[in-house]
Amino acid sequence: MSDALLQIRNLRIEATSYPPGEAPRDVVLVDDVSVSVEKGRVLGLIGESGAGKSTIGLSSMAYGRGGVRLTGGTITLNGRDIRLADARALRALRGREVTYVAQSAAAAFNPAIRLMDQVVETCLAHKIMGRAEAEARAVMLFGRLGLPDPETFGKRYPHQVSGGQLQRAMTAMALCPKPDLVIFDEPTTALDVTTQIEVLAAIKEAIRDTGVAALYITHDLAVVAQVADDILVLRHGKRIEYGTTEQIITAPNEPYTQALVSVRSIEHVEKADAPAVLQIQNVTARYKGTNFDVLKNITLDLPAGQTLAVVGESGSGKSTLARVITGLLPPGQGRIRFAGRDLAPDLAARSRDDLREVQMIYQMADTAMNPRQTVGTIIGRPLEFYFGLKGAEKRKRIQDLLDQIEMGSGFIDRYPAELSGGQKQRVCIARALAAKPKLIICDEVTSALDPLVADGILKLLLALQAAEGVAYLFITHDLATVRAIADRIAVMYRGEVRRYGTKTDVLAPPFDDYTELLLSSVPEMKMGWLEGVLDSRKMEAAGN
Amino acid sequence: MHPVLTLVVQRIALGLLLLLAVSAVIFLGVAALPGDTAQAILGQSATPQALANLRAEMGLDQPALTRYFQWLGGVLTGDLGTSISNRTDIAAAIGQRLGNTLFLAGWAAVISVPLAILLGLVAARYNGRWPDKLISGATLSAISLPEFVVGYLILYFLAVKWQLFPSVAMVFPGMGMMERLNAVILPVIVLVLVVLAHMMRMTRAAILNVMQSAYIETAELKGLSPMQVIWRHAFPNAIAPVVNVVMLNLAYLVVGVVVVEVVFVYPGMGQYLVDHVAKRDLPVVQAVGLIFAAVYIGLNILADVISILANPRLRHPK
Repeated sequence: MSDALLQIRNLRIEATSYPPGEAPRDVVLVDDVSVSVEKGRVLGLIGESGAGKSTIGLSSMAYGRGGVRLTGGTITLNGRDIRLADARALRALRGREVTYVAQSAAAAFNPAIRLMDQVVETCLAHKIMGRAEAEARAVMLFGRLGLPDPETFGKRYPHQVSGGQLQRAMTAMALCPKPDLVIFDEPTTALDVTTQIEVLAAIKEAIRDTGVAALYITHDLAVVAQVADDILVLRHGKRIEYGTTEQIITAPNEPYTQALVSVRSIEHVEKADAPAVLQIQNVTARYKGTNFDVLKNITLDLPAGQTLAVVGESGSGKSTLARVITGLLPPGQGRIRFAGRDLAPDLAARSRDDLREVQMIYQMADTAMNPRQTVGTIIGRPLEFYFGLKGAEKRKRIQDLLDQIEMGSGFIDRYPAELSGGQKQRVCIARALAAKPKLIICDEVTSALDPLVADGILKLLLALQAAEGVAYLFITHDLATVRAIADRIAVMYRGEVRRYGTKTDVLAPPFDDYTELLLSSVPEMKMGWLEGVLDSRKMEAAGN
Repeated sequence: MHPVLTLVVQRIALGLLLLLAVSAVIFLGVAALPGDTAQAILGQSATPQALANLRAEMGLDQPALTRYFQWLGGVLTGDLGTSISNRTDIAAAIGQRLGNTLFLAGWAAVISVPLAILLGLVAARYNGRWPDKLISGATLSAISLPEFVVGYLILYFLAVKWQLFPSVAMVFPGMGMMERLNAVILPVIVLVLVVLAHMMRMTRAAILNVMQSAYIETAELKGLSPMQVIWRHAFPNAIAPVVNVVMLNLAYLVVGVVVVEVVFVYPGMGQYLVDHVAKRDLPVVQAVGLIFAAVYIGLNILADVISILANPRLRHPK
C-alpha cells in the first residue's frame, strides 16, 4: 500500500462538549480509525449522524470543524503527515491537493459572488493556472457535469440557479484546480430523488473522467454502492467494517452492517377499505399576493384508521395541502370534510374539537418543541388544554403516553436538548397523541432521521395506528417510507395529483411518466443500478 | 423597470414624504411654544397697535395652516425666512455655517469610516486575541468619555501643553485649504474618536456573524488566507448592517457636533443653533431643525439604497 494517496492510521479526534447545566467535558468523536485511499479510487464512508464520517473526511485536509481537535494517529497525504502541520502548510494543501464538496451547496456558495469567480478562485489563489485557463477548464467541467449553457453559467449568482445545479457547480469547483483527492460530503442528500440520480451520475462520470481519488460520505448505502470501490462502515466514531463495495452490500459480516443493508424491512399489508374520515374535495389554493395556484383541484379520501401517503418533490404542494387541511391556509375553492362534517376553511373559525381531532407532527422535532420546557410540560399541555387534566391525573396520563412511545417515565423531567433526534420525534408523536386525534398529519417526520432510527419511528406509528385507530396523512418524498407505511398513495407534481389509489394499484404498472420517473429514481442497493437506470432511460428516449 | 430601480424610487419617495411630515411636526412644535414672537421682538412696553402692525407685517395674524404652507413654499424656493434676533436672512447665514459644518464632518468621515472598517476587520481577524482586545478596549474607552471631556483633554495636551495645534478652530472665508485643515484638526480628532467605536464594533460583529456561514468554511477549505477570507468572502455580505451604522454616525457628525463646535468655538451649525435657541429665535430654530432632519433622512435613504444595491438577490433577480 505504498502508493496510497491518503493513509489514515489510528486516527483519534476529540472535541469539548458543553452539555446544558453541566461542566464541559471532552468527548471522543473518532476512535482508532485506519483507512487508506489509493490514486483514482473512491472510498465510501457510511454511517448514521454522529458516526464521525464528515469529521474523518475533513481530517484529510487536517481541518477540524468548530472546536474539533485531531488528537492522535497519523494522516499521511502524498507521503507526509499533515495532522500537526502549521497553518501555512495547511493552506498550501487545501484546495491544491484536496478539495471539498459540501452537503448543502446552497449554503456553501457565497451569495455575493458570481459562480465563475468562486469556481476559479482556488486555481488563482494557489497560482495553479491563469484566469483564462481556469475559466476554460470551468466551462469544460460545467459541460461535462451537464449544466445548462456552460459558457454563460458562471456569470450567474448562486441564487439564480437550482439546488441540483449548485451541487454540480460545487463539484466543478472542487475539480477545477486538479486536486489529487476530492471529499464529497453527502452531496446528494438535500436533493429530490429525481434530481439526485442526475447529480449522482454527473459526479460519477466526472470522477471517472478526471481520474481523481475521492472520499464519498453518505448515510445512504444504496447511493454509495453506485459510486464507491470500497466502503468503510462507521458507528459512533469507530470502524465497524471495511471492504469492497460488493462484499459490504452482498455479504456484510457485522450485524450493524447487515441491519443497514436490510433497513426498511417493514412489511405493511394495506387495510381493507373503510369509510373516509377525511375528504378533500376539489381544493384549489394559492398564497396571498401570488397569482398561481399551488394546489390545483385536489380531491382525495383518507379512510378512518388508515394511512394516506402524499409523495412528491419539493415544490409539488404537499406541505401546502397540510396547511389547507389544518386551516392555516384557507383554500380558494373546494372544501374539507372531516368525520362527516365540514371543516371551516379558516383555523380561527374551527371549534376546539375540530382542533383537537386534527394534530400535526413536523419534520424538525427540534424546532417544534420549546427548548425551555420539559418533556412532561410539552406532553401535558394538550392534556390540560383539551381535557382539563391536572396534577396526579395528568402525570399518570403523561406516563402512559411515554410508555406508548416506548420511552418510559424517566424522561418526564428531561429537556429536549437532552434527547436524541429519534427521541425528540417520539415526544412530538406523544404530544399529538395526547389530544386523542382522529387524524395526524405527518410532514416529512422521518426525513431528518437516520435510516435505523426512522425505521423505529415508522414501526411505532404503525403500532399506534393499530392500537388507537388514528388515521395518518403522511407527507414524504421518500418512496421507501411510502412502501413501508401507506394504505393509499397520492403522487403529487406541481400542485396536481398525478396518481391516486390504493398502494397496490399506485405501485403497479402501467405507470404515468412522472410516477415512472419517480419510482425508477429511488436508489436500489445493488451495484450497477445507476448505469442500468440511465441506460434504460437512454434507450427509451432513443425509442421515442 | 428593473425591480431594484423600483425599490430605490420607492425609498426616495418615502423619504420625501417623511421629510414633509417632519416639517409639519417641527412647525407645529414651534408654533405650540408659549409666547408671542411680536412681543418678544418689541419688548414688554410695546403698544397694542405696534404689536398688531408687526403681526400683520410678519403674517402672524394668518391661520397656522396658511403660515405653514407659506413657510414650506419659502423653504422650497430657498427662502428660510428672517431671523428675529438680528433681522438677517437665515438662508444666507446658514449657507456659510452649513458649509463649515460639512467641512468638519466631511473630514471626520473621510478619516473615521475607512479607519473604523479597517479596525473592525482586524479585530474580527484576531477575534479574542490581543489585537482585538486592544482595538475594542481603546475604542470603547474613547466612546465612554463624554465628548467634551475628550475635547478638553485633547485641547489641554495638543494645544496648550505641547502647542502643536491651535486651540480655537477659527475659520473664515478666503482661508487656504491647508490653513483650514490645520484649524479644524483638533475637532476632527475628537469627532473621529467619538464615532469610531460604533462603526468599528458593528463591522466586527457583522463580520463575525457572517464568519459562521457555511461559505466561509468553503473559503477556508480552498486554502485562502484569513485576511482573504474576511475581505473577499465575509465583508461583501456584511455591508448592509455596517452601512446602516456608518450612516447613523455620519448623520451624528452633522447634527450632533453641537458640543464639539462649542468646545472649539467653531462657526458651524451647532454654534448657530445654540446661540439662537438662547435668544428664542424661532424661525432659525425651525430652519435648522428642518435641515438636520433632511440630513438624517437623506443619509438613511442613502443607507437603504446601498443596502439594496449590496444585495445580489435584489440586484440580479432570477
